[in-house]
Amino acid sequence: MPTVPQSHDRPATLDERSLQLRRDILWMLSAVRRGHIGSAFSTLEILRVLYDEVLRIDPTRPDWNERDRFVLSKGHGCLGLYAVLADKGFFPREELLRACSFDGILGGHPDYDKVPGVEASTGSLGHGLAIGVGIAIGARLDGRDSRVFVLVGDGECDEGSIWEAAMIAAKHRLDRLTVFVDYNKMQSYGPTTDVVDLEPFADKWRSFGFAAREVDGHDVQALRETMSALPFEAGRPSAIICHTVKGKGIPYIEGDPAWHHKSRLSDGDLTRLQAALEGEQA
Amino acid sequence: MRKACLDAVYEMALRDTRVVFIGSDLGAGTLDNFRRNLPDRFFMEGVSEAAIVGMMAGLAMSGRIPYMNTIAPFIVRRACEQVALDACLHRFPLRFLASGGGVVYAPLGPTHLAVEDIALMRALPNMTVIAPADAEEMRRLMPLTLDYPGPIYIRLAKGGDPIVTTAAGDFEIGRAIPMRQGRDALIVTTGVLLKSALESAQVLSQQGIEAGVLHVPTVKPFDTETMLDMARHVRVVVTAEEHSIIGGLGSAVAEVLAEAAFDRPPRLARLGFPDVFPDHYGSQAEHLAHYGLTSEGIRSAVLRLLDVVRPPHRETTPR
Repeated sequence: MPTVPQSHDRPATLDERSLQLRRDILWMLSAVRRGHIGSAFSTLEILRVLYDEVLRIDPTRPDWNERDRFVLSKGHGCLGLYAVLADKGFFPREELLRACSFDGILGGHPDYDKVPGVEASTGSLGHGLAIGVGIAIGARLDGRDSRVFVLVGDGECDEGSIWEAAMIAAKHRLDRLTVFVDYNKMQSYGPTTDVVDLEPFADKWRSFGFAAREVDGHDVQALRETMSALPFEAGRPSAIICHTVKGKGIPYIEGDPAWHHKSRLSDGDLTRLQAALEGEQA
Repeated sequence: MRKACLDAVYEMALRDTRVVFIGSDLGAGTLDNFRRNLPDRFFMEGVSEAAIVGMMAGLAMSGRIPYMNTIAPFIVRRACEQVALDACLHRFPLRFLASGGGVVYAPLGPTHLAVEDIALMRALPNMTVIAPADAEEMRRLMPLTLDYPGPIYIRLAKGGDPIVTTAAGDFEIGRAIPMRQGRDALIVTTGVLLKSALESAQVLSQQGIEAGVLHVPTVKPFDTETMLDMARHVRVVVTAEEHSIIGGLGSAVAEVLAEAAFDRPPRLARLGFPDVFPDHYGSQAEHLAHYGLTSEGIRSAVLRLLDVVRPPHRETTPR
């Protein structure tokens, strides 16, 4: 098996699009002042490649029946999804500034009933993969060739329901279903190796019947190539273990569990986050 | 009743391609005709209720109407969060066919009993909760579930339960059914205890006490109007359910009566299981007898309450 590049082992270079989406998140935070910041930054490259180049979607018709479906199972990673959906035109960018407000459509976890482009309401962990399984079976029953993508967190994989769903997906040979794992190796309390070790992680997915590959989850080209190879194996669901860095792009928060969730961000915090992000560009 | 229910699912599936069936490792041979004739829409998954509810939600996103059957506690306790979020929050038309409501599985012990299922399901926004009294009523109910909005929890009884409902009047989800009128007392029941309620009313009548019987197959949404109409002029109301007295039918009735603010509110007794895990085995009938959930238990409660509300004896105080 090829050695998987670990993005934290080498200098990170985020291209302009990745930087711009991060700026959008910070812009959102300037109004919202709270959120799961670490996850927002670890998932962004997965999301942008998916939405820019892979998903068959039409932002003007979020209910288009032939669309591909994406379920953000780790609902707390929604800041990144909101930035991407706004960028794609699912809703006006100004909504980003109303996130978490009383009448806003964008909550601290995504609500399918409120946000165009959000397929399922998630937040409590361990739900999205099973929902994705049902969507994939539904598409098969309809004779639609829609694909289903589900993004789960690494800590989320502590939930037994993920593995229940994985077994069902393999049983039904759902090769139009792909699960991304945002493997930033840092859950709420600390490193996954301390809380509950997931290794051998890719082999776990394989043993549950998935065709699994590992990729640097911030390497846009590698993500592009990996997703273009889907399905990895006919008759098997695919798993893409994305090695990521929590808080990617803001060096001083990277890998720091204290940035899993932050509230009451001050003006000074925001200034520092923005400066650190732009520093990456140099 | 379970057979009537599952047969109805198959009948609907034959006519309507939206219908799919999912079981979690059910007994061998369950719905074999469905499996044979409509294999694409028959799913027998493993012992994984949480994931199955999520899968149902995904199927509903594709316009399907999933009917899921397993033992009640594995829906309401094991997969409670999936039922709350994947079904209720999304308002998807998921149908939960819960075998062994109450103490049907008495010999199997407390892990397999469902004496708080109505309470748990009632508390979930958007959930409809239905406990038919017999197989005939189940047959009337099931076709209505096809296009009813939102998730439905349907509580199944033991099977072979006596038929006590009548086809008179159309069954309607959300409507309580007056089975008998009575000016003195009102007995309110859900599920299979309707039979005991009717029997107790019969015996009470022979004693000169006229008790009405209101059958409440749909515990939620609760038919407040019909209940208050019947409760308005009686002196006592007794609720009887094969369920904990916390959060079930008795609670629903108590809540409505308390807020009705009648000038002369009826006295109320709730019959059900006390706040315990039933700690015996034996049979469903033995459990019901042990906790007074019988026609005699209901009759006694009515009499007890009537005594209580009799005008108190006025004592003459010597001046």
